[in-house]
Amino acid sequence: MDIIVCIKRVPETAEADIVLDAGKKGIDTDGMVFSINEWDNYAVEAAIQLKEAQGGKITVVSAGPEENNEVLRRALAMGADDAIRLTDPAFEGSDAIAMARILAAAIKDIPHDLILTGVQADDDGFGGTGVALAEMLGLPYAALVTDIQLDGDTLTVHRELEGGLEEVTAVKMPALLTIQTGINEPRYVSIMGIRKVAKKEIAEKSAGDLSLSGDDIGVKGSLSQIEGLFFPPVGEGAEIIEGTMDEKAETLVKILKERGGIA
Amino acid sequence: MKKIAVLVEHRQGEIREITFEMLGKAHQLAGSDDEVQALFLGDTSQKELVAKVSPHAHTTLAVYDAALKDFEPLRYGSALEAVLSNADCDLLLMGQTAFGMDLAPALAAKMTMPFTSDVVDIEILDGGVKATRQMYSGKVSAAVSLKEAPKRLLTVRAGAFPAEDVPEVSGEVREIAWSVDGDFAVRKFLSYIEAAVGDVDITQADVLVSVGRGIKDADNIPVAQELADALGGVVSCSRPVADKKWLPKERQVGTSGKTVKPRVYIALGISGAFQHQAGMKGAATIIAVNKDPKAPIFSIAHFGIVDDLFKVLPALTEKVRELKG
Ligand SMILES: Cc1cc2nc3c(=O)[nH]c(=O)nc-3n(C[C@H](O)[C@H](O)[C@H](O)COP(=O)(O)OP(=O)(O)OC[C@H]3O[C@@H](n4cnc5c(N)ncnc54)[C@H](O)[C@@H]3O)c2cc1C
Ligand SMILES: Nc1ncnc2c1ncn2[C@@H]1O[C@H](COP(=O)(O)O)[C@@H](O)[C@H]1O
Repeated sequence: MDIIVCIKRVPETAEADIVLDAGKKGIDTDGMVFSINEWDNYAVEAAIQLKEAQGGKITVVSAGPEENNEVLRRALAMGADDAIRLTDPAFEGSDAIAMARILAAAIKDIPHDLILTGVQADDDGFGGTGVALAEMLGLPYAALVTDIQLDGDTLTVHRELEGGLEEVTAVKMPALLTIQTGINEPRYVSIMGIRKVAKKEIAEKSAGDLSLSGDDIGVKGSLSQIEGLFFPPVGEGAEIIEGTMDEKAETLVKILKERGGIA
Repeated sequence: MKKIAVLVEHRQGEIREITFEMLGKAHQLAGSDDEVQALFLGDTSQKELVAKVSPHAHTTLAVYDAALKDFEPLRYGSALEAVLSNADCDLLLMGQTAFGMDLAPALAAKMTMPFTSDVVDIEILDGGVKATRQMYSGKVSAAVSLKEAPKRLLTVRAGAFPAEDVPEVSGEVREIAWSVDGDFAVRKFLSYIEAAVGDVDITQADVLVSVGRGIKDADNIPVAQELADALGGVVSCSRPVADKKWLPKERQVGTSGKTVKPRVYIALGISGAFQHQAGMKGAATIIAVNKDPKAPIFSIAHFGIVDDLFKVLPALTEKVRELKG
């Protein structure tokens, strides 16, 4: 079974102080820590588990600059067989649909029974690239997958709906699934493991190699465009409790008492 | 005249709330001679559902076919194409939900519609469509414009617009013919699985001590449990904590977990992604502890402490114990 997994390298922003870049269309990523998109890590693990059960080959694909080799190498260390990096200045500014077009151009020439993407990328949060990619490749698909069972050429998957409800759906391969967090427990990657794959070649493809014209990709090829970024209004905001730790705890207890927080 | 269409979302015999949220917004965007359309896909047994939405749209376009009984994106996409060729709407809204996320990006790609997802605000200016969406887990907002095109598509975040705002208009229902054409057997709906019931029902708790990724490790859960015990409350969590199995899934608060309305909700090391907020913003009092002063959770919390939760937790637990003697 040949599996392709699309992985993205994203900045860790949960605890970071975000600063907008000069053009206010992106963020200043200087000094930020990057890692594999959380959803994609689960997707890579899902691919490896399928390969362990079925045999086959896993190819990981990432579109982005040279630094994206880090996440590709990490996936190789986890157990992927091949890595491809799609890179071209012309890709910049692509929206979810244009990104899907870039990924589709690369993937259509690689044999595949199954394509996995994350449900969403932590940075742009589109939650759309995978499903658009399936359409472009003419593949049946399922989004928000939390369980995969294989039966011949049919995948029986669970899709996560709202409120804890799940849907069981059958999808016939070749197919694409977008993977939700929690589907598995991604394996640990050691520094030693990454060192072992340090020499492994990562293929590179440009817009030209993929026969993509400038009209189809990047800002020009995207029908949606970021006009500008700004910080969301904080609303009324929380009343911040100040003081020493002892005073903070004292104030909190008072609030808890008033508000019925102590049974 | 412009036309704004809303794809009706329904499941298990009910219209989903997001439908009314979108209809409300569509009316707000529509001028006096504009038209709000509801698009309904389903089978004939679901006709009664149409009666619930049609009073809120000038026109409801409906396709009834046995093949559309359950949501399946390939069939729905095909039927929607048929409706859209009849609807001549300028802007189509769908939910950024398990339904919309499984359909909208494919439709946008197939019909070359300018598209962006998960929007929290929409503006129509001189025929141009602008939307606001969030990036970096809600820490940054983006103003996005959609290029000129006959039809444009947005998916709307659940809860972004109030469902109560939807006005009544006298709407007509028009049936659109569609017949199954294509290989839809490649994706087939089989069944639903209801959420598992756990030993503890967090929706019934008056006080929730809720932990997020900031709790760092399964070994630290007992520290939160101690506070919950002292308060007479229950421990709940954000998604990563349930994903990592540090707590059972039934303890997860949010869109894909439980919706809770306790008297007091204490969020410890939870950033406040919208999927989490959706499950807890109805709590009477929200207290957030987070070391990042810019964490989105502070925008909906009533009280906040910007500090290390591992310092706050023991101090607070001790004070509560003192009080209770
Ligand atoms: C379709 C879909 C459905 C989803 N459903 C849900 C859902 O139902 N519920 C849900 O919660 N999420 C859901 N999510 C995930 C959601 O998008 C976020 O990824 C998630 O809520 C983040 O959890 P978190 O706040 O615990 O972690 P993070 O976003 O990583 O935040 C951790 C926070 O802890 C703080 N912190 C770290 N260490 C400390 C410390 N020592 N002291 C104090 N603070 C500290 C950090 O500053 C940060 O703000 C869903 C996502 C998708 C795509
Ligand atoms: N630059 C990229 N390279 C590889 N895969 C990507 C890229 N951008 C998005 N994806 C894939 O698409 C998924 C959804 O991303 P998004 O639609 O941007 O939220 C991610 O989880 C990845 O699997």
